[in-house]
Amino acid sequence: MTTDRFMTAASDYATQVDSTFWVLVTISGLITLLVASLIAGFCLHYRRGSNARRGRLPERLAYDVEIGWTVATLFLFLFIFWWAASNQLSALDIPVNSLEIHVVAKQWMWRVQQPGGAREINEIHVPENMPVRLAMTSEDVIHDLFLPTMRLKQDVLPGRYTYLWFTATKTGVFHLTCAEYCGTDHSVMAGRLVVMTTPDYARWTNAQPEADDLAHDGEALFRSLGCSGCHAPTSSIHAPDLHGIYGRAVPLSDGRVVTADEAYLRDSILLPAKDVAAGFAPIMPSYRGSVTEDELVKLIAYLKSLSGGPTRLPPQAG
Amino acid sequence: MTDTAIADATVEAQPASYLAAGHTLLSWLTTTDHKRIAILYAISITFFFFIGGIAIALVRLELMTPQGLILTSDAYNRLFSLHGIIMVWFFLVPSIPATMGNFLLPLMIGAHDVAFPRLNLLSWYLYVFGAAFTVYALISGGVDTGWTFYTPLSTNYATGYVIAAAAGVFVVGFSSIATGINFIATAHMLRAPGMTWFRLPLFVWAMYTVSMVMVLATPVLAMSLLLVIAERAFGLPIFDAARGGDPVLFQHLFWFYSHPAVYIMILPAMGVVSEVIPCFARRTIFGYAFMVYALIAIAVIGFMVWGHHMFVAGQSPLANLVFSFLSFIVAVPSAIKVFNWTATLHRGQITFEAPMLYALGFVGLFTIGGLTGLFLASVPIDIHATDTYFVIAHFHFVMVGGTVSAYMAGLHFWWPKVTGRMYSEAWARFAAITTFLGFNATFMPQFVMGWNGMPRRYHYYPDVFQAWHVMSSVGALILAVAYVLPLIYFGWSMIYGRRAGANPWNATGLEWQTSSPPAKENFDHIPRIDAGPYAYDESDHPPAAGDRTLVRSQGETA
Repeated sequence: MTTDRFMTAASDYATQVDSTFWVLVTISGLITLLVASLIAGFCLHYRRGSNARRGRLPERLAYDVEIGWTVATLFLFLFIFWWAASNQLSALDIPVNSLEIHVVAKQWMWRVQQPGGAREINEIHVPENMPVRLAMTSEDVIHDLFLPTMRLKQDVLPGRYTYLWFTATKTGVFHLTCAEYCGTDHSVMAGRLVVMTTPDYARWTNAQPEADDLAHDGEALFRSLGCSGCHAPTSSIHAPDLHGIYGRAVPLSDGRVVTADEAYLRDSILLPAKDVAAGFAPIMPSYRGSVTEDELVKLIAYLKSLSGGPTRLPPQAG
Repeated sequence: MTDTAIADATVEAQPASYLAAGHTLLSWLTTTDHKRIAILYAISITFFFFIGGIAIALVRLELMTPQGLILTSDAYNRLFSLHGIIMVWFFLVPSIPATMGNFLLPLMIGAHDVAFPRLNLLSWYLYVFGAAFTVYALISGGVDTGWTFYTPLSTNYATGYVIAAAAGVFVVGFSSIATGINFIATAHMLRAPGMTWFRLPLFVWAMYTVSMVMVLATPVLAMSLLLVIAERAFGLPIFDAARGGDPVLFQHLFWFYSHPAVYIMILPAMGVVSEVIPCFARRTIFGYAFMVYALIAIAVIGFMVWGHHMFVAGQSPLANLVFSFLSFIVAVPSAIKVFNWTATLHRGQITFEAPMLYALGFVGLFTIGGLTGLFLASVPIDIHATDTYFVIAHFHFVMVGGTVSAYMAGLHFWWPKVTGRMYSEAWARFAAITTFLGFNATFMPQFVMGWNGMPRRYHYYPDVFQAWHVMSSVGALILAVAYVLPLIYFGWSMIYGRRAGANPWNATGLEWQTSSPPAKENFDHIPRIDAGPYAYDESDHPPAAGDRTLVRSQGETA
């Protein structure tokens, strides 16, 4: 095994992070060299009994030197901050029309669901040159999905969705692993990120065992759990119509307005009293404990499909 | 310093030393003498240093091969958790304040004792009580949460003795708070006449600022651990997301203490080095006032950077930027201190006794530790490097390369004062150099493998990292030798060491103007101070003479 599975820069973002890193290595190498050679030089030159010229420095000079290096350090550090941060800012924009893959972590495995419905364990197949967004949650403790070749990592939290997005530019098999200590088998909670050409990815998807896609499964759940009894437009019970809900601004009964993203939909299923839509009574029961994380993924996929497709995303607030 | 007055007081009438004030075990366990309490602490933390050291020795042995050698994953996880918990709370946090701080603070400001001698003794008993919980957790099977106790792993999933370990840390926190309150009161109330704030040695300033941090930050740790215990023992859902809690809340609380705790560990080290370097460079410290401002700035800004531990924890991007910015700012005063120590060497009369070697090692390793901190303060770099060995290497450069080197510098510097005897200079220099080399051999490879994607807290690891792990383990072996050596030559010195005299280094601090070891009351009568510290003028304070007799300096030059 070579380091390729870890150190290849497999996206433009990764290349950019690497160049930031090497600039920082150069700057701090120079500073270390400066300090080390000053210390070594002084130690040699001013060793006890040497003939070096000694005596007091003028008070004024010492003060100027002090102010000088304080200001210089401050500016250097602020410059590095600005430079590193500005690199990061462009990476914050969530790509539009990304391929959305769901990841559910549990002690000690990664369960992955492709948008087409294909399931994987400890493997994520993605096409190259296409933005991919991972929507991740955990069933137990905090995990962290670490993709070293993308120079990315994100904690995976219970009770919440977190996201990672990247556009792979190199095909190959790369490492994927858990980076947040999660108990006994933390160190073997690892797997593979497989980046394929677009035709290969299409072939791979078609070769997967026949599975209904997520939204289809979600629609069945929507009926079997009884959601449709109230949320259907024809229902006699006064509940919001969910067509087109995903990505829309929803006014709430307490005056706030929220965007109906995954987190909102998830909370509305598990904690319906938290954000009640304006004009509706808080009569919906909580489904906490009666739906699993996998079922939530399907339900949300179904609700998204009511908005005309799973891939359109609002810009993330924050 | 009014050297003449003190010299009169100490050399002519030699009262019995504090060591002779009682020889029974009971006389030690009931003492309220700050110097004896310092010794009690020194013995306790040394014991825990070696327990924590044995734990990590087993870890490093296990990591020699990708598939492990002798341990199960559970045993491995318990060992690194134990190493972290013991080294942070039972060694590093109390290390310099509770030993050298206790011993020297009253001596350096010209006082007979700390402000609250009985509270001081109580703080040691709290330490022992907290340690008892930890030892209980250890012998009943250990704890498997890592030193960070992250929820919900610690509250709902871990199988180890989490409650006992958390209770131990909870209790030992009160020992820190007691020490902090005591030092603050001592610095305010008991300074000798003429010892104004800007005539205080920098070690005293370091003790003062670190006490502020201990008093303000430690209660937050107590609170967060109490909540962990409440959730684990009584099912109170604070952090459990499945029942409406928030697991990330714990991280905010924990790092609100634990980042300032990094400064609890490093500020005292800066204090020690600021005493040692001027003494062996025979030169007043460069930029005294700036050194003081830097200590205060670090203590204050240190409270505002905790979020940089959570760049990948689901924190909002805006918060990440703010914490990144503040983390760059807090690095500025640290950099200034490095420049000032370096400039202190300029135009000196430098000699290279063991304390100086450790102190110079500190400056070098702390510089690297600090600069790699800038890497981790940059969000995109941190996203890749966090939770890998890069972080491990970074904070060991600061806490071990920094704090432990400074602790050793201080131990060698003040050993003659504490015991009245000299140790083998040759062995001590050998140990200092070995520490520096062993340290770099251990932790430099960790930077490389960390950036290459080796996650921390991994029992099994991919084969590609084996070479780096083997290098690191060999380095750890060298480091272990360097840490055992002082135990031997210090032990030897206590029985066979040459008598030191009051001031073997011919240093200027007030603590050197009383006998070695000092009398129970420290000073016969409280000295008057009329100048700042570090008056290392070449004519008045030549380097220590070969025969190390007490050199009485006459007159005073500022």
